[in-house]
Amino acid sequence: MKITQISIFLENRKGRLYDVCSLLGQNDINIRALTIAETESFGVLRIVVDKSDQAIRLLRDNHFVANFTEVVAIEVPDQPGGLASILKIFADNDVNIEYMYGFVEKFSDKALLVMRFEDTDFAQQILAKHNIHVVAEKDIQGL
Amino acid sequence: MIWRQDVECAAPADLKELQSGYLKKLIPYIYHNCPVYQKKLDAAGVKPDNIKSIDDLKRLPFTTKEDMRDYYPYGLFSAPQDQIKEIHVSSGTTGNPTLVGYTKDDLKLWGDVMARVLGCAGAAPGDTIQIAYGYGLFTGGLGFHYGALEMGLRIIPTSSGQTARQLKLMQDFKPKIIACTPSYVLYMAEEAKDMGIDPAQGNWKIGIFGAEPWSDAMRHEIESIWNMLATDVYGLSEIIGPGVAQECHHKDGLHIFSDVFYPEVIDPKTGAQVPEGADGELTITTLTKQGIPLLRYGTRDVVNIRYEKCRCGRTSPRISKIKGRTDDMIVVRGINVFPSQIEHVLVGIEGTQPHYQIIVDRQAHKLDEVEVMVEVEQRFFSDEIKRLNEIRDKIRREIENVLSIGVKVTLVEPKTIERSMGKSKRIIDKRAL
Ligand SMILES: [Zn+2]
Repeated sequence: MKITQISIFLENRKGRLYDVCSLLGQNDINIRALTIAETESFGVLRIVVDKSDQAIRLLRDNHFVANFTEVVAIEVPDQPGGLASILKIFADNDVNIEYMYGFVEKFSDKALLVMRFEDTDFAQQILAKHNIHVVAEKDIQGL
Repeated sequence: MIWRQDVECAAPADLKELQSGYLKKLIPYIYHNCPVYQKKLDAAGVKPDNIKSIDDLKRLPFTTKEDMRDYYPYGLFSAPQDQIKEIHVSSGTTGNPTLVGYTKDDLKLWGDVMARVLGCAGAAPGDTIQIAYGYGLFTGGLGFHYGALEMGLRIIPTSSGQTARQLKLMQDFKPKIIACTPSYVLYMAEEAKDMGIDPAQGNWKIGIFGAEPWSDAMRHEIESIWNMLATDVYGLSEIIGPGVAQECHHKDGLHIFSDVFYPEVIDPKTGAQVPEGADGELTITTLTKQGIPLLRYGTRDVVNIRYEKCRCGRTSPRISKIKGRTDDMIVVRGINVFPSQIEHVLVGIEGTQPHYQIIVDRQAHKLDEVEVMVEVEQRFFSDEIKRLNEIRDKIRREIENVLSIGVKVTLVEPKTIERSMGKSKRIIDKRAL
């Protein structure tokens, strides 16, 4: 089960992250997870929100370049070695992770991680085979 | 077919003799009939009797687009108005329009060079041509008309517009040749498909397209949709209208009719001729015109020129497709840079042209630095940094290939490049020169 991430192009200019967050906040859109990847001149902001269709329209209307990206939200046991056990499965099965980051809130007693795979469909097959629980879009919206 | 074998395939020495003879007659004619040129020639210290050969051309003054406007309406005419048989006017975005006038012999010349254009594209007497350039004050329609009359073609003078009717006439008369702007022929193809007509059906052999810039990608598109050879024609009303240069079927440069329109490629900064094959401003002297003969007229079109004989048999030199306009040129580390060169790279990489800006700067005692800002667009944005870096590096490499100088490419957010009147300002020169 995939969830939708919104990726946004940002220049490394003061206040741009604030601009995005306040725009979404003013329009009653909640950010569930967030990370930024940066280079010396620009960055890509990646967010998971509760109302992604509304959010992307809003961003584009305000001249942001924003795309949907398919990611997977995975429950990871919140204990030492919890993440390592899952990463081992990926390593053993040649599943490549492009990047990952954590949710702000907890979904259960487990930690919730967003993972972007090189091949999302293949990653999902492996996850299902190993009975690793992935979180659905509607669960994210209800957080 | 080669319409004027005698001049189009002349030996270089014979051509030079012909050109020299024309110039020797032209200068006294202009000097004694056009006060504006008399003043210009006096200021350049040129005595009309001192012109001995075409090599003396480099001592002669230039004529600019501004001259055409400033001396509106009759200042640059050498022939009296009772000798003028036809005038054409093109409107400019600022100031006076550009007026051109033809004597009876000028109209004959126009018919002759346009017949050469048609022959160079592959036409022969008896062929049917549909002329879908506008007829009227614009020189496109009538220029082709005179050439087609001269060659003896069957003419369908549709002018531009009324596309449904054009398509009907095409089906009824099955022309072999179409002449119009490249964008109009693509527009017609769309309409044809809507009407259930396959544009490739018919007797099409040749398209002659011009009056606006077009790319090789457009050429391939036109050729595959219409099943015809798509050729490029060059001209401008100040010189004659269409009829200055035309591609032959080898599509390897446009043959310029240099026996009557003498070409030079000039570095706009220095006014000197550039070495053969280098880019510069196409500058033309009309050697035989009577109404408004022009000396070293700066077309503002950037081209290069080659003199080797073409596989088609013509010896007339070939200019490249128009590479851009001189208006925006800058010099960086001694190299002329035209924004259009960077545009070509961006179009090649992204399909359509994103907004961009070139910033030139120089730190004290350092070399000029060029930064190209490119607005990121939805269609090439990626959530992955490495993809964005790949695109940026590809743009940088290709610009460096074209310009032969190092540049920095920066990806910026949309709408961050300043625009004036909807168009972005292409170059910011921060150097204190
Ligand atoms: Zn040729």
